[in-house]
Amino acid sequence: MAETTRREFMLGEGSGTGSGSQNLHVGMGPAHPAMHGIIRITTELDGETIVKADVEIGYLHRAFEKDCEEGGYNNAIPYTDRLNYVSPLINNFGYCAAIEKLLGIDVTERCKYIRVIMSEISRICDHLTCIGASAMELGAFTVFLYMIKAREFLWELVEDVTGARLTISYGRVGGVKADLPDGFSAKTTKAFKETREVLDEVHRLLTGNRIFLDRMVGLGALSREETIAYAITGPLLRAVGVPYDVRRAQPYDVYDRLEFEIPTQKDGDNFARYLVRMAEMEQSMRIVEQALARIPGGAINVDAAGRPIDPAAYVDLGKQGKTEGLLLVPITLSPNLQGQQRAALERVNVHDKRVVLPSKETTYGSIEGLMNHFMLIMEGSGIRPPLGEAYAAVEGANGELGFYVVSDGTDRPYRVRCRPPCLPPMAALSRMIEGGMVADLIPTFGSVNMIGGELDR
Amino acid sequence: MDGAAVLDAIRQRADVVETHAHRGDATVVVTRDALPRVLALCRDAPALAFDMLMDLTAVDYLKYPGREDGPRFEVVYHLYSLVHNHRVRIKTRVDEDDAVVPSAVGLWPSANWFEREVWDMFGVRFSGHPNLMRLLLYEEFVGHPLRKDYPIDRRQPLIGPAQ
Repeated sequence: MAETTRREFMLGEGSGTGSGSQNLHVGMGPAHPAMHGIIRITTELDGETIVKADVEIGYLHRAFEKDCEEGGYNNAIPYTDRLNYVSPLINNFGYCAAIEKLLGIDVTERCKYIRVIMSEISRICDHLTCIGASAMELGAFTVFLYMIKAREFLWELVEDVTGARLTISYGRVGGVKADLPDGFSAKTTKAFKETREVLDEVHRLLTGNRIFLDRMVGLGALSREETIAYAITGPLLRAVGVPYDVRRAQPYDVYDRLEFEIPTQKDGDNFARYLVRMAEMEQSMRIVEQALARIPGGAINVDAAGRPIDPAAYVDLGKQGKTEGLLLVPITLSPNLQGQQRAALERVNVHDKRVVLPSKETTYGSIEGLMNHFMLIMEGSGIRPPLGEAYAAVEGANGELGFYVVSDGTDRPYRVRCRPPCLPPMAALSRMIEGGMVADLIPTFGSVNMIGGELDR
Repeated sequence: MDGAAVLDAIRQRADVVETHAHRGDATVVVTRDALPRVLALCRDAPALAFDMLMDLTAVDYLKYPGREDGPRFEVVYHLYSLVHNHRVRIKTRVDEDDAVVPSAVGLWPSANWFEREVWDMFGVRFSGHPNLMRLLLYEEFVGHPLRKDYPIDRRQPLIGPAQ
């Protein structure tokens, strides 16, 4: 048998090598430095061109939906932190919104403003991380460091409010855990000033940068029709020119009262997604500034006049009235409970004893408060929405984040379904990368902003 | 269109089992046989124009009060229309021993992964699906974990390279 030359071997030619050239199968992941989570992409390559790609997910599956069915309604809130772990506050509020819809309750004005403020801060953190990480993968390490620096300023705000940076568990059904701390507004102004400087700098570094443009413009594009057919929402949908944003289309909280724009682009490629995200951060800061200027302070009692109450509730209120005198005895709270004094919680929580835990003063200061606390905490008690189902959507950093909850009348959700905003774009990822070069897979995958926690649940 | 008008429009043109608007979510329950027609109608009728299949999931009603004897699974479609900015929820019920639903991949490609996930988690099959594999779990996984009779602490057999 004739000896195969090196050239023949490399090209798959010559005797004993079958016929003609063959495509090469290359697996990327599950653990790959440029994979933003654990995910596997099996590619079939013709030279450097991706002929076919297969995306395999599920490596971070931790039974979120099953776990939610096992505990009470509020027990699922820490699990929602771990969905999109870059903007966990939005998940908290999205889940709470679904349960509140199921219960038919409306949160207080101040709470709505707090939810808007914290959601927008999270959205900026998410976009900063997404752009920073994708820029780093293209060699712009400086941008990554700048963006993470800016994120740090914002995470300090988050830490001030929630007491944690990532696993914040700040939302509660019917309100939030604690009121905003003192001096929050001034700190936000300062952090935004720094963030704006960073964004300006990044604009100068990236937006006109030849290397960056070569790697982003015209790559990873998806047509408008295909984006809609794949139910892709968020920055990827706005990058093809569809101004769909849940905050505008079906406003929740107080978004209908705030002024902001929905940035869109036409091309639907990686660069358009980058521009949309950059513009959205500025809009988010605008929203937060308006919300901080308008947030109502003082004690706001939503339960006051206007609502007819049934005799049983009247008797309940009477009991509450009698203990009011006792409750004036001040109780020293631990510093850990900053923002959770009775007055603060009354501002941010729904006045509904079936839903919201009493303040610590009430729990420790009166027997009614203690009973109320136990009735919400003990197994078999707790929040009990009536039989039914509800779907509530909020605008997550990656698109529409929906929760579909079914109640069987007990204190545990019968079914919790999370509609993860980054699952549809991941389903379409192979459409985005097929026909492109291997190296372009990385920026395209970066622009999708896959978050493993949310994708695999 | 508001929810009531959407429900009217669907009711006029298709056979529906029941409708409700609990908490403002317009909901239509249809039989499995009518499902493909209703979904196609929702997508194609200009007055409805549901161009996005936002979400597709299932619910196991095995232990739901009052539903223990009825059809076990409910497959739930959440549709959204960019054109009209309205939503609807379509549901269909199937029995455990015949848990097959016609696939919606032909109408919306987003159904592809959603249906794989429902098969993975509930064991409901979708006829006509191009590649009905498990989505989140692995092929060797025994059972379907979001079924109500699957205990949360069940252990799975270890898998690994063949000995």
